[in-house]
Amino acid sequence: MTSIKVKLKESDVQKLKEVAKSFNNEAGELINVLHKAQEIFGYLPAEVQEVVAQELTIPVAKVYGVVTFYSFFTMLPRGRFPISICTGTACYVRGAEKVLDEFKRILKVPVGETTADGKFSITCLRCVGACGLAPVVMVGDKTYGRVTTDGVKEILKEYENED
Amino acid sequence: MHMLVCGGTGCHASAGEMLFENLKKEVQENNLQDEVQVIATGCFGFCEKGPIVKVIPDNTFYVQVEPKDAKELIAEHAIKGRVIKRLLYIDPVKKEQIPDSKHMGFYKKQLRIALRNCGMIDPENIDEYLAADGYEAMGKVLLEMKPDAVIQEIIDSGLRGRGGGGFPTGVKWQIASKNHADQKYVVCNADEGDPGAFMDRSILEGDPHCVLEAMVINGFSIGATKGLIYIRAEYPLAIKRLKIAIDQARNYGLLGTDILGSGFDFDVEIRYGAGAFVCGEETALIRSMEGERGEPTFKPPFPAQSGYLGKPTNVNNVETYANIPVIINKGAKWFASIGTEKSKGTKVFALAGKINNVGLIEVPMGITLREVIFEIGGGIQGGKKFKAVQTGGPSGGCLTEKHLDTPIDFDNLLAVGSMMGSGGMIVMDEDDCMVAVAKFYLDFTVEESCGKCSPCRVGNKRLYEQLDLITKGKATEKDLDKLRNLSYVIRDTSLCGLGQTSPNPVLSTLDNFREEYLAHTNEHRCPAGVCKDLIRYEVIAENCVGCTACARNCPVNCISGERKQVHVIDQSLCIKCNACLEKCKFNAIAVI
Repeated sequence: MTSIKVKLKESDVQKLKEVAKSFNNEAGELINVLHKAQEIFGYLPAEVQEVVAQELTIPVAKVYGVVTFYSFFTMLPRGRFPISICTGTACYVRGAEKVLDEFKRILKVPVGETTADGKFSITCLRCVGACGLAPVVMVGDKTYGRVTTDGVKEILKEYENED
Repeated sequence: MHMLVCGGTGCHASAGEMLFENLKKEVQENNLQDEVQVIATGCFGFCEKGPIVKVIPDNTFYVQVEPKDAKELIAEHAIKGRVIKRLLYIDPVKKEQIPDSKHMGFYKKQLRIALRNCGMIDPENIDEYLAADGYEAMGKVLLEMKPDAVIQEIIDSGLRGRGGGGFPTGVKWQIASKNHADQKYVVCNADEGDPGAFMDRSILEGDPHCVLEAMVINGFSIGATKGLIYIRAEYPLAIKRLKIAIDQARNYGLLGTDILGSGFDFDVEIRYGAGAFVCGEETALIRSMEGERGEPTFKPPFPAQSGYLGKPTNVNNVETYANIPVIINKGAKWFASIGTEKSKGTKVFALAGKINNVGLIEVPMGITLREVIFEIGGGIQGGKKFKAVQTGGPSGGCLTEKHLDTPIDFDNLLAVGSMMGSGGMIVMDEDDCMVAVAKFYLDFTVEESCGKCSPCRVGNKRLYEQLDLITKGKATEKDLDKLRNLSYVIRDTSLCGLGQTSPNPVLSTLDNFREEYLAHTNEHRCPAGVCKDLIRYEVIAENCVGCTACARNCPVNCISGERKQVHVIDQSLCIKCNACLEKCKFNAIAVI
């Protein structure tokens, strides 16, 4: 966890409270509420978890336990162009590891982190189910199939002038 | 004329959606609305060559169709009736163009029961499902049958759970029906976490109503009025189509109160997973639906006794449900006539890896691995040699050449050290290192272990570390015995299926590829040339023409040499990224 406190936008906090209310502030709806919270804030820092805990009247520790249990939830902000490399078995045997290494080498960040300018982040995901296109890389919602180590540079080039 | 465009995730990813829009536009511009119907269907299964367009009634099967081909498809095929030859599928072995799906090796040996409607109907239109005998089984059950008779029919069919365990479905229903409570639940497990498997997703995307219909039948027979579908949040398209299907079914009175005037109430809700493999285990799934960490609980009590919110709950997998309406319509006897003695019906497999025809297939139980890989799958990519096939995902094992003629069913696969699992089938060739593959699966297990019981949490981590040492050439032959013993302990003492099966990739590779392990431990060599610490890249002097391609593409500038001179790789700087080997046109780089 980062030591710097994150300041949440009041309007977003209000939105989250309404979400919790729409689920009757029930503790059993924790995962559904977290899904919505991540949609609102983009990620789930400690401060968001505190609000969720308050609204559902459960300990923050429990929220934290659930957030860290499921890989879909993240406590770190993602890049503006989040790069996800599929590391499912089909992609693995078709060379996903080399593709991942190339992204790490060029962007100089490890898996799970974001570049200093906040532009790209690298995450691994397990199977998007497009195994016919393996190895598969996703940047945001866009899917790239049959990616080679050379292809990595090409993909990044597409985002060179975007911000 | 119908033009069916695959709208599954695989084809979506390769611009299938734009193709669909372009085709519709072309039809309109040519005023063909009355003659040509463009329909987005579920997955055809032939994901390798997507996007796919199939023309009905002549079954012409176009592959790798691009959005810009829409104009030609309409102008040539729809208007002039001429087949566009360049878009036809070419048989990888015979190198011939195949005009229609009936003649493709990929489809010839398939028998589609669970996937009967995938690629045939528009999944977002309930009328198409109804036209394909949809909800007929539900009507028959609700209006003409007693719950016990329905359960008996499922027992007689011999259907076994398709999620991996292979437990007889009818027996499961019977147990749940005998436990009395004020509220019972029916749960559809759509948390397909096995990497490299996409059977359930394709069914939900291609034929969502068949799952809803089966859930109503399930609810009626065990006395449950509420159904829940637990689905991965990573499947946005499947979720969207499920929501549409639920709304349509409610509007038609096929879900809700007093369905078809039978007096039976049943409704379905969706619950989202959040990326945890262990949640495929039914007790963990139930915990997750309750908003908790998805940790499995001890059985008994089984979910059929005390499940969701402490009430009797029946959990079945998507593919299991997809079989139910057909069994009711065609009878248990018919279903039981397909398959082997103890495994009835068909199984859907996600065929992937180093194979020519990656895709989704459904075959009768009892077919051999050889038929699946070499006839349906079209053999190994790039003319390479078959090495292994991994079934059952992270819980399964790697089988070899000698297992190829094994008839596939639940018991046979267990007997040879693998398992059916949910249906992932990954083919590997001579370039894959089996030690590295075992390590890959253990890496997965370590990440996905929920941490509740120590054999799984600690043991798998130790297994991974041991495998890591082997791939780095830092282990001895004696360590292989340790690896085996530890595997047995984890298998025998873990709480749930995840830990009980996680050593399978290790044990099966130790059994079937012992020599490869020995090459790593005794000779510090990786025969497949995969394990980075045990390989080095060298320039083959007699092949090198000094074109400088390798040096120019080396990301760390560790290759030196003048133009037209033999180049040299500085081993101390080389990061083994493979770029030089990929770039060299003269076969002058070798992995040693």
